Amino acid sequence: MKEKKIKVDYMARVEGEAALNITVSNGKIENLKLNIFEPARFFESFLIGRKFDEIPELVARICGICPVSHMLTAIQALEDAMEIVPSGETMRLRKLLALSQWIQSHTLHTYMLAIPDYFGYESVLSMIPEHRELVEQALRLKRLGNDLTVAIGGREVHPVTPVIGGFTHVPPRDVVKDLLKRFREARKDAQNMVEITTQIKLPDFTRDIEYLALTSPPQEYPVISGMLASNKGLKFKKEDYRKHIHEVHVPHSNALHSYVIGRSSFMVGPLARVNLNYSLLAGEARRAAENNGLKFPYMNPFYSIPARAVEVLHSIETCIDLLEDLKLKADQPSITPKEGTGAGVGEAPRGLLYHWYKINNKGEIVEADIVSPTAHNAFNIEKDLEEYLPQIISLPEEEMQLRCEMLVRAYDPCFSCSAHFLKINKRES
Amino acid sequence: MKKPSVGVFKFTSDGGCQLQILNMERELFDLLNLINITYFPMAGVDSGEGPFDIGFVEGAVTSTDEIIRIKEIREKCRILVALGACACYGGIASIKNQKTQRELEEKVYTDLTAVHSTKAFGIDQYVKVDAYVRGCPIDKNEFIEVVKSTLLQIKPNLRPHSVCVECKLRENPCIFLIEGEVCMGPVTSAGCGALCPSRHRACEGCRGPASDPNTPSLARTMLEYGLTPEEVRLKFIKYAGETQAFKEGAGIK
Repeated sequence: MKEKKIKVDYMARVEGEAALNITVSNGKIENLKLNIFEPARFFESFLIGRKFDEIPELVARICGICPVSHMLTAIQALEDAMEIVPSGETMRLRKLLALSQWIQSHTLHTYMLAIPDYFGYESVLSMIPEHRELVEQALRLKRLGNDLTVAIGGREVHPVTPVIGGFTHVPPRDVVKDLLKRFREARKDAQNMVEITTQIKLPDFTRDIEYLALTSPPQEYPVISGMLASNKGLKFKKEDYRKHIHEVHVPHSNALHSYVIGRSSFMVGPLARVNLNYSLLAGEARRAAENNGLKFPYMNPFYSIPARAVEVLHSIETCIDLLEDLKLKADQPSITPKEGTGAGVGEAPRGLLYHWYKINNKGEIVEADIVSPTAHNAFNIEKDLEEYLPQIISLPEEEMQLRCEMLVRAYDPCFSCSAHFLKINKRES
Repeated sequence: MKKPSVGVFKFTSDGGCQLQILNMERELFDLLNLINITYFPMAGVDSGEGPFDIGFVEGAVTSTDEIIRIKEIREKCRILVALGACACYGGIASIKNQKTQRELEEKVYTDLTAVHSTKAFGIDQYVKVDAYVRGCPIDKNEFIEVVKSTLLQIKPNLRPHSVCVECKLRENPCIFLIEGEVCMGPVTSAGCGALCPSRHRACEGCRGPASDPNTPSLARTMLEYGLTPEEVRLKFIKYAGETQAFKEGAGIK
């Protein structure tokens, strides 16, 4: 019997802890598991009894890479529950904050986590001697995203200024002016990023995937609000999330598997967003995509890599517009808690994020439901692997393993985020 | 001088402190001239199992596997540094310690035989720690200070005083006394440059207790400002609820 085993005990260049176990016997997959062994973190348990106004700060700590997304989505849900309507200026600042994190996170993933595979290096650190200019370009873009997060949020990891109702602080005008200048200069780095990610040879693999993302009527590429929609006909409001999406507990993983009720797994993330909202991208981003021969939509998950680059350019263009429009006013209404439930949805760098809370009239959390992008994607990643493996089965074991890891990494998974979703109340009875 | 070898290890955490290392875009090249990072899976570096001159540990210890792992890592590291609130004090993961492990697990799992979760503690519950880089997340300058002082073989200059000192140095009007925003600054360890109060936001105590803090006094002041005993408890049981000083504050009624 001819048996091939792929065993990656601790996947590198992803956030958090996961292992990949695959056994192929006589050309057939005997066993395929993405084992997320990141310890369970009990967020939904310990949030119960905490005060509504400390929730954004606490849920930021679900993820060090996308704290902004968790904060803003929780704020949206809690505002929804207490019927608070944020001002236009607050929404502009929130969009900027969310986009700043896309720039930071996408750049981190593309250059530090994904590109080393395609350039044949172990890590970005080992690329420095031969590709110093490329690494410098990456760090410059990443710093730009971070500096915008710092200007508005106060700190790049776990910002402090966003609160329910608004912001505690806005940046001084000269800081905004300086950022605007740097954002205009950064267009070139982002255009290069689109070029580099289309020049690398992405594996040829397509699968009939359902992809889900926010769509944001009327004419705006979705970031922090919108309806949910898929390429297979789903279209619903955030309040109806649980009517369409469920999870099932699989014993080998510390993250639940999300699926569309009555169907199967689905993909969220940059590729889902670009596929569904291509025409809403900034003109510069679409032009760069077309000039480099990109033709969205793609059903190949590896195309998440150029999709991220296109989104970085889009983010830069959008940030320039938003920065020009800022009034620089910190709206912070005083809030009296009231009983209710509220849902929030947002597009984190890695895709759709869902928060839902029930609060009592003392402003204490009674129930919480949080589903992160990687929890949404985990099932789809396994489905992809199932179909991808037979296509690469003739490759030597080492090469097969690398290809599988590349596929997992294309989703930019964040296992810390996904590992606190083990809970029984959301399983189908 | 031989470059010291550095390992970066993750326990139960969100990756934010590790990301703070990668967020040193402007300092990264200089830093890499001085140290040799040989283990840092999040950044893709895995060129050896040690031994290490410096080991940085992010995250709280929250499972039986992690208890064994932290002891193994201690053996391999000449200097072991706790990186961030989780590794220093258990961080927000330790909020769960307020409930019994059984209660938490039953809410979350069906099959309890698969669960190996323990109460969340900082790493010094199990091993000797040589330096603490506080905060949620860490401050990059303090990280650099620890690396520099290790290279120079001197004690790092980490501040023992409270956030209030830094807040006063920045000439911020006190949001606690003037606006009644209940603030953990008086008992919280400095080093963040009073980041939150400088942005009109109360300190939440993410850096843990300052040296010799009077937490019962602060807790009584919070009650005078109208907080209920439960609200006072929540203030102290957040980032460093397992420390003696914050436990005392949490117990004031």
